[in-house]
Amino acid sequence: MGRSRLAWEWFHRLGSPRWFYHKTGAWLPWLALASLVLLAVGSAWGLGFAPQDAKQGNSYRIIYIHVPAAFLALAGYYIMAVSGAIGLIWKMKLSFVVMRAAAPIGAALTFIALFTGALWGKPTWGTYWVWDARITSMLILLLLYIGVLALSRAFSREQVGDRACALLALVGTVNIPIIYKSVDWWFTLHQPASIKLTQSNSIDPSMFYPLLTMIAGFYCFYAWTLIAHTRSLVLQREWRTQWVQQALGEGS
Amino acid sequence: MSVTPESHSLLEVRQLSCERDGRRLFAGLDFELVPGAALQIEGANGAGKTTLLRTLIGSAGDFSGDVRWNGLPYPRALPQLREALLYIGHQAGVRRGLTPAENLAWYGAGRGEALLALEQLDLYGFEDTLCQRLSAGQNRRVALARLFLPKAPRLWILDEPLAALDTAGVSRLQGQMAFHLSRGGSLLFTSHQAVALAQLQRIDLAAYVPTETEEPFAGGAYAG
Amino acid sequence: MPAETAPTVFRAGPGFAALLRLELLLALRRSADIANPLLFFVTVLALLPLGVGPEPELLARMAPGLIWVVALLATLLSQESLFRSDFEDGSLEQLALCPQPLYFAVMAKAAVHWLVTGLPLALLSPLLGLMLSLPAEGYLCLLISLLLGTASLSLIGAVGAALTVALRRAGLLLALIVMPLYVPVLIFGTGAVQAAVDGYAYGAQLAVLAGLLAAAAALAPLAAAGAIRISLDN
Repeated sequence: MGRSRLAWEWFHRLGSPRWFYHKTGAWLPWLALASLVLLAVGSAWGLGFAPQDAKQGNSYRIIYIHVPAAFLALAGYYIMAVSGAIGLIWKMKLSFVVMRAAAPIGAALTFIALFTGALWGKPTWGTYWVWDARITSMLILLLLYIGVLALSRAFSREQVGDRACALLALVGTVNIPIIYKSVDWWFTLHQPASIKLTQSNSIDPSMFYPLLTMIAGFYCFYAWTLIAHTRSLVLQREWRTQWVQQALGEGS
Repeated sequence: MSVTPESHSLLEVRQLSCERDGRRLFAGLDFELVPGAALQIEGANGAGKTTLLRTLIGSAGDFSGDVRWNGLPYPRALPQLREALLYIGHQAGVRRGLTPAENLAWYGAGRGEALLALEQLDLYGFEDTLCQRLSAGQNRRVALARLFLPKAPRLWILDEPLAALDTAGVSRLQGQMAFHLSRGGSLLFTSHQAVALAQLQRIDLAAYVPTETEEPFAGGAYAG
Repeated sequence: MPAETAPTVFRAGPGFAALLRLELLLALRRSADIANPLLFFVTVLALLPLGVGPEPELLARMAPGLIWVVALLATLLSQESLFRSDFEDGSLEQLALCPQPLYFAVMAKAAVHWLVTGLPLALLSPLLGLMLSLPAEGYLCLLISLLLGTASLSLIGAVGAALTVALRRAGLLLALIVMPLYVPVLIFGTGAVQAAVDGYAYGAQLAVLAGLLAAAAALAPLAAAGAIRISLDN
């Protein structure tokens, strides 16, 4: 019981924007270092040293960006929705800030996944855009992100916008599996499966380890940008308070 | 149903402070409302009168402090509160696509009751005109006609009820308020005007403005 | 009335049937608004052959998708005003203060919205199928899929309408929010009609549409009720 109370207190302390701001300041350099190292090693390894693919030649190497971006695009939506839900349930201001910070980052990652998918499509299918199931799902995910972003800007009262966005993100979360399933079904109906961007069943370890490195690098990079963006939003929201005035005073 | 003793407080507010858009409107508000009592909330525009009313009806969640209905804390008490609440806010709550009589029927009135209530507010003859053809003031009076229905709920929370009325209307409404109090109902309202009611408590929100240390913005931290 | 009787604690709350009757009455009094989505549906579908060409084979191939997409847009456009007038005159706030859950109020509104838009759209669709040279096998399936599908669209759109009701110009924003959520309904709706046209069994697709409707009926009013409470706090 004492333990759970301690956890609860910690949870609430984490919810204080001020505590978050002071605590995470120390994490940022480490996250930045980790993500830069991982991304540098992963891309050098993947682009320079991993072997060519038998069927796709060098063009497959785009997966070292496409796959991690696509992973995080989806995970980012869930992170956004979960922090929104925490905000709705426990009325925690910080988690709304995290939700707002996660939205543009996730949208950017979704766009990167789409863009790299299109680049890969040119040498493989001979055209930049194919209504492949995965790409179509990504496109709809981008539209879901855009909906949340557009809604978040529409409200003049921030608190109302927070809760409205959290609710929309939750509705989107419920819908994502349904949307993905139906797009998969739609695709198999209209077109037999051709080469997919990722055939995870038969990827060689020499290609797979650099991919893992890149995924780890993207996760670190995501955490870094999310925390940094959350911190700047915290400052924007709390600028009236004394602690922000002090924090900014120290900085200048 | 047992009759509640007079001393038992229906609505109890302790150390209530409300904020809107991150700004504290008032803090440390204390009052209680017993059956048969009326409370007038006063304060300048922007002092938080409407926010207070919306907090008390459970529509605004940004408050700290203890609010209880019949001894039950918010928000657990809200279903019970809503059973006994009649709230008239800034917007009248009158459907424009219905006639005044239909609007009152929606709030549980029979035709005869509705006509009597409308007559009290000088709306006799308008009962079958669509509300979208009535003026804003008339629509507001349609909303106030709910107070003249016989099956009125026990707690009235009214935002500026006197605003749309002429002198005769004001005195009739005051009479109805007094009648409501005499039958053991309670009343909480905001008004710029003085209201003649026995047992009227008054609370001025200006007395509950948060201190400057709680709000550094007012202290001029930004001015430099 | 004797002065000593205490006011009743009972408050006459609206039952679901009363809500449904009220919404239907209000919708019928705004009968000019009822015709607009239908006219939109017909007009856009009349313009489409002018854009893509009059060849019957081409139109027949595109007909299921075209009819479905335009039906979706017509539903969407009529949805912005779903809660608007109730929000502006304060009766939405009064509904939110009723002891009854808002779920039923949203349900009644969505049901009436479907009755005055989705149902007539579906009934009109065979006529438009005719204009677009839809093969004979497709008509029954088109009708059923639109009946089931537009009901889901009305429910899902209610969430978006509730989220944007406090905003002044919400039309485009509503479309941005709601369109991605319409995707499964669109896919299975057109999929069913396409299957029927191609001579395959389409029962499974209709079953999925019915399943989507059941899920939307259970969840969408909950979400919309939450969204209304958020919007009322604006």
